Amino acid sequence: MDEHNVNRRRLLMGGVLIGTAGALGVLAQQGARSGVPSEIINGVMPWRDGAADVPTITGGTEYRYFTADEQAFIEPAIDRIIPIDPTGPSATEANVHIFLDRQMAGSYGRGDHFYLGGPWPKGTPEQGYQSRLTPAQLYRVTISAIEEYIKRNYDGKTFKQLSVTNQDTVLKGLQDGTIALDSTDGKTFFTMFLQNVLEGYFSDPIYGGNKDMAAWKMIGFPGTHYDYREWVERHGEQVPYATVGIKGRPGWSES
Amino acid sequence: MATILPPVDAVLVGFGWTGAIMGQQLCDAGLTVMALERGIWHDTPTDFAPTFVQDELRYMWRHHLFQNVANDTLTIRNNIKQQALPMRRLGSFLLGTDVGGSGVHWNGQIWRFLKSDFKAYSHNLHRYGNAMVNAYDMTIQDYPIDWDEIEPYYDMFDKLCGTSGKAGNLRGQIQVGGNPFEGPRSDEFPTPPMKMPYGPTLFSKAARTMGYKPFPHPTGNLSQPYTNSLGVQLGQCTYCGFCEKFGCGNYSKATAQTTILPYLMTKPSFTLRTESEVLKVETTSDGKHATGVTFVNSAGEEFFQPADIVILSAYSLQNVRLMLLSKIGAPYDPVTGKGSVGKNYAYQTMGSVDVFFEDKIMNPFIGAGALATVIDEFNGDNFDHSGLGFIGGGYIAQMVTGGRPIEMIRTPEGTPDWGIEWKKAAAKNYLHSVNISCHGSVMAHRGNYLDLDPTYRDSFGRPMLRMTFDFTDNELKMSRYLVDKAADIGQAMEGVSSVKKNYRKGSWNVVPYQTTHNTGGTITGDNPGNSVLNKYLQSWDVPNLFVMGAGAFPQNAGYNPTGTLAALAYHSAAAIKNRYLKNPGPLVQT
Repeated sequence: MDEHNVNRRRLLMGGVLIGTAGALGVLAQQGARSGVPSEIINGVMPWRDGAADVPTITGGTEYRYFTADEQAFIEPAIDRIIPIDPTGPSATEANVHIFLDRQMAGSYGRGDHFYLGGPWPKGTPEQGYQSRLTPAQLYRVTISAIEEYIKRNYDGKTFKQLSVTNQDTVLKGLQDGTIALDSTDGKTFFTMFLQNVLEGYFSDPIYGGNKDMAAWKMIGFPGTHYDYREWVERHGEQVPYATVGIKGRPGWSES
Repeated sequence: MATILPPVDAVLVGFGWTGAIMGQQLCDAGLTVMALERGIWHDTPTDFAPTFVQDELRYMWRHHLFQNVANDTLTIRNNIKQQALPMRRLGSFLLGTDVGGSGVHWNGQIWRFLKSDFKAYSHNLHRYGNAMVNAYDMTIQDYPIDWDEIEPYYDMFDKLCGTSGKAGNLRGQIQVGGNPFEGPRSDEFPTPPMKMPYGPTLFSKAARTMGYKPFPHPTGNLSQPYTNSLGVQLGQCTYCGFCEKFGCGNYSKATAQTTILPYLMTKPSFTLRTESEVLKVETTSDGKHATGVTFVNSAGEEFFQPADIVILSAYSLQNVRLMLLSKIGAPYDPVTGKGSVGKNYAYQTMGSVDVFFEDKIMNPFIGAGALATVIDEFNGDNFDHSGLGFIGGGYIAQMVTGGRPIEMIRTPEGTPDWGIEWKKAAAKNYLHSVNISCHGSVMAHRGNYLDLDPTYRDSFGRPMLRMTFDFTDNELKMSRYLVDKAADIGQAMEGVSSVKKNYRKGSWNVVPYQTTHNTGGTITGDNPGNSVLNKYLQSWDVPNLFVMGAGAFPQNAGYNPTGTLAALAYHSAAAIKNRYLKNPGPLVQT
C-alpha cells in the first residue's frame, strides 16, 4: 500500500481509449510524468471505472528510516518546536516523529518533487533551496553534523542530553544561521525541518502524525468536512461537527 | 526521424483553460483540432473526488496536482548581475500541469480589469506626467484593445463559468451593492453572490462605515446550480474550504473540466493526445509561416503534427519559452531594450493584514476560493496618486479561502514561529482571526524579463526558461499603502483585539507562496516594434501562430488574471472564425 498506488491506478486506465502511442516497457525518463503511455482520446469523454486517485496511507509506529542516533535527536527536537503542555499534544504525542520517518522513507524523502540537477552554487536566500541533497539525505547529513557540533561545544553531550534551554539555543542558532556546521547548512535544514514538523502536526492522520486528530481539536479545525452550507451565515456560532479525517468518513473504504 | 502525423486545421499546445476555450470555439467553427497536453487526463470523479480531496498535505505541500519541477523547472534571479539558479522547489507560484492546467487548482477569482488598466501608459501619462510613467525604469504600455471591444468576451466567460456576483455598473448605471469602479457590464452576473460568513460580513460593515463601497467578490465557486452556455451543469458550492491548490470534487468550481470538456471531448473533430510534450513550433525556412509542431510522447517517440494554425495555449511561461526555443520573434534584451519576446514579465504584489478577535468565532474553515467582500477604492487609478510616488494599486479583500492549518495559522505580532508561545497562540487564535489581503499590481520594468538560461537544461536537453524579476519601489510603496489602508479597516472591525501588518518587503523571494499570476513575455501591442502579438493574440512574425494566456499582458493589473486572459482568448477566437479563416494572414496590417 505504499508507493505503488499511483502506478497501479495509472495501469487501470485505458478502457475507452482508442490506442496508445507507447509501450510500457520502453518508457523514457522524460515527459511530464514517466511511466504512463500517451493516450489518444477522440470522440469520447473518458471514464475509468474504479480508478480513483486515492491517497497513500501509512501505518505502524515503528521507525523505518531514522537510525537510533537520529531518533535521539528528532524526538526531543520536535518537542521543542511543539512542546508538552496542557494546550494540546506535543509533537511526539501527536506522532510527528512517525510522520517525519514515513516522509523520509517515501517519495518526499527521495526528493521526487525537487529539481536536484547541477551545478549547485549557493545562491541568494531569495533563490530558495539550492542543495543537491534530497530531504532524506539532508536530514541524515545535518543531524549528524548538529550532534558533532554539540559534542564539541557542550562537553561531549548529545542533543538529547542538553537542558531544554540549551536545546532551544541550538535550534535558534540553526534557524538564524549563526551555527556553522561541517559540510552542511543548518539553516537550510531547519527551514525544512520546521515546515515538516508543522506538516506532521496538522496533516491528515493517514500520513502518520496528528494522532487522534488532536492537533486539529486543539485549534478547533473540524477536519475534512465537505459541506458547511448551513453554517455559513450562522455567524459566531461554534460548528458542532465531530472532527473527522479522510479515513473513517462516510464513503471511505479500504479496498 | 519524427513520425509525420496526418495534418489538422489547428493544433493546440497545452490543454488548460485557454486550450479548452480555443478547442471548443474552433471545433464549433468546423475545424479539426488536435490538442497536445504534456500531462495526463484528469477528471472530477476519479481525480478530485470529495471523499479524499480535502487533503492539505498531499495537494498543497506535496504538489500532487502541480508541475513536478524534477522534470521541468525554470531558473530565477532578482537582477541581471546575479546568476540565475533553478527553482528547485515550487513556492512563490504553483504551476499546473495535466488536462485543465493550473485552472484545476485555481481559486475561481473572476475579475475584469479596469477600463484604465487597458491604457496603463497613456492614462497615467495624462494624469501624472512623463516622469511618473518613466520612473523606476518602467516600460508600461497600453493594450491595443479597449473596454468596449473586450467586454462582450468577458461576458462570454462569465456565462461559461456561471460567475456569482453582483454587477456594480450595468450598461453605465451604477448599481448598489456591486463594484462602482468596474467598467460597464452588458449583463448582470449569471448567478447571485455567495452567502457571506462572519469575517467578510464584519469587513463589509467596517468598510461601509469608513465610506467605502464593499461588494461580494466575483467568483467561479457557484452560489447555486447553473447550466452554462454549452449546456454543461455546475453544482452549488458547499464551502468546504479546499479550492486553491485543490481540485473541486463538487462540480462547483468553474474549470475546463466542469464547463467545457463534457461538451468538447465528444466532438469527432476534436482529438486530445496526453503525455505529449511539444518541443518546438516548426516554421518554413523564411520563418514566416508555422508548419506545425514537433512533440515527444512518453515513450520518447518523436512526432511532427502538421497544422494550418498553431495555437500556444500552455501556461504563459511555457508559451514564452516555446517562442524562444522556436526562434520566433526577437528575444528581448534588457540592456538595449530591443526585442520583444520575454519583455515585460510581471507578477503580483501581495501584502496582507491579520486581524485578531478576542472572542468572536470566525470559523475560518468555512471557505471557498473567492469567498470575500472587497473594496476597490485603491485599485488601478481609482484614487488620486498625486504625491504618492507610485502608480497602480490593488483590491483589498477579507477573503476566506479556507482554514487549512498547515498554511493558515495566524498568530499576533511578536509571536515566535515555534515553541510554547507559538503553540499557545496557534490554539488561541485559529478560530478567532481573519486575513485581509491586498492584491496589488506589478508594473512592467526594464529589468524584469524572461529569456533562456545559458547553463541549466531540462530532461530533453533544452535550455530552461530564465526569470529575472524583482519588485521595484513602485510596487513596494504601492503595497505598503494598501496594507496601511487595509489595517485601518481591520482596526474598525467589530470586536477586533489587534492587527498585524504583513508588508511586502525586500526582493522577490521564490520560497513563500504568493500567487500563480505570472504575466508578460508575449505581450500584445499596437505594432511589431513594441510587442510580440497583435490584439488578436496573433504573432506579428508568424501570422498563423496565436499565443494565448497572461503572457499577453503588457503589465499586470491589481486583479487576478484568468478573467482577462479568457476574454482575450475569446476575442482571438472570434477574429480567427470571422476573419482569419476567410482570409488567412495578418489581422492587423503594419
